[in-house]
Amino acid sequence: MKRHQNFLLLLAVVLLTALPLWLVQKPAADAVGQPVELFAGADNKAKDLIGEIDPNYRPWFKPLMEPASAEIASLLFALQAALGAGFIGYYLGVSVTRERMQREAQMCAEKKLSAD
Amino acid sequence: MHIMEGFLPVEHAVGWTIASAPFVAYGLYAIKKRVRQYPEQRMLLGVAAAFTFVLSALKLPSVTGSCSHPTGTGLGALLFGPAAMAPIGLVVLLFQALLLAHGGLTTLGANTFSMAIVGPFAAVALFRLARSLKLSFAVSVFIAASMADLLTYVTTSVQLAWAFPDPQGGFGASFLKFAGIFSVTQIPLAISEGLLTVLIFNALKRFNPQELQDLNVITRAEVRA
Repeated sequence: MKRHQNFLLLLAVVLLTALPLWLVQKPAADAVGQPVELFAGADNKAKDLIGEIDPNYRPWFKPLMEPASAEIASLLFALQAALGAGFIGYYLGVSVTRERMQREAQMCAEKKLSAD
Repeated sequence: MHIMEGFLPVEHAVGWTIASAPFVAYGLYAIKKRVRQYPEQRMLLGVAAAFTFVLSALKLPSVTGSCSHPTGTGLGALLFGPAAMAPIGLVVLLFQALLLAHGGLTTLGANTFSMAIVGPFAAVALFRLARSLKLSFAVSVFIAASMADLLTYVTTSVQLAWAFPDPQGGFGASFLKFAGIFSVTQIPLAISEGLLTVLIFNALKRFNPQELQDLNVITRAEVRA
């Protein structure tokens, strides 16, 4: 049952991520005839909204360093995810092994007891 | 939920930084104290940080046609208490601000407040509430983690609406606009985050029951169940 539950949880996450790609219709071009970018970052949309609400606002500070291109940015994001996932995987691996060894040690001890 | 570099007026940027500072300081103190007392929990603390690292790097598509990312702060908050997540979230945000130009140094205080303070405190409060209502462990974790994610984005909307009230409708109208971008986009992502947090808790419960019991996340009876 537990294994089943974990599988269903993963499946739900995959579906929640994949379905929008499919369900969202590509919007028509805007007034100027520029195609609207689909699946842009919400952070960017918020930035555009600030420009709409207060057209006179000028950001007063610039990032010290920007990724040289979108590819470099995705490299860094991938690196971030890989480091995190790697550590979690390592920890779970250690935990699984430790739990099995504990169980085996316990079984050995029980066998010894019943043999005595 | 990353407010971009320079996109908060100076007073707001300074104000949110001052508001976040005591939480980060107390969180550092709490983590130090815990690691000194229970050195064996260091690895699990690393897992909590790693989970936030992974989830906040994943920009997922949503039904609104834009992309956003989960926060991953619920796990650590439930394991180590809400304060511990403030410095951990700050590190993640700093990494993204410095290397990725995602978020920023001037908005670090505001972003820390929404992701690393409001989210984790909401997670713990809702988890306790759900448990006191006799909801199952998995359901409680799901509610806590997904609402922490969603409330982080609601907080960002409040912060932006406060800084940029609508010329006609004021704060309320502006909040609805920002929430339309952030919170609606976030709903399916928050559900995903809740499910993923339940998943990792299932693994921890199976292979690290002793640790969870030491952290008072689950009771002895639940370990056996």
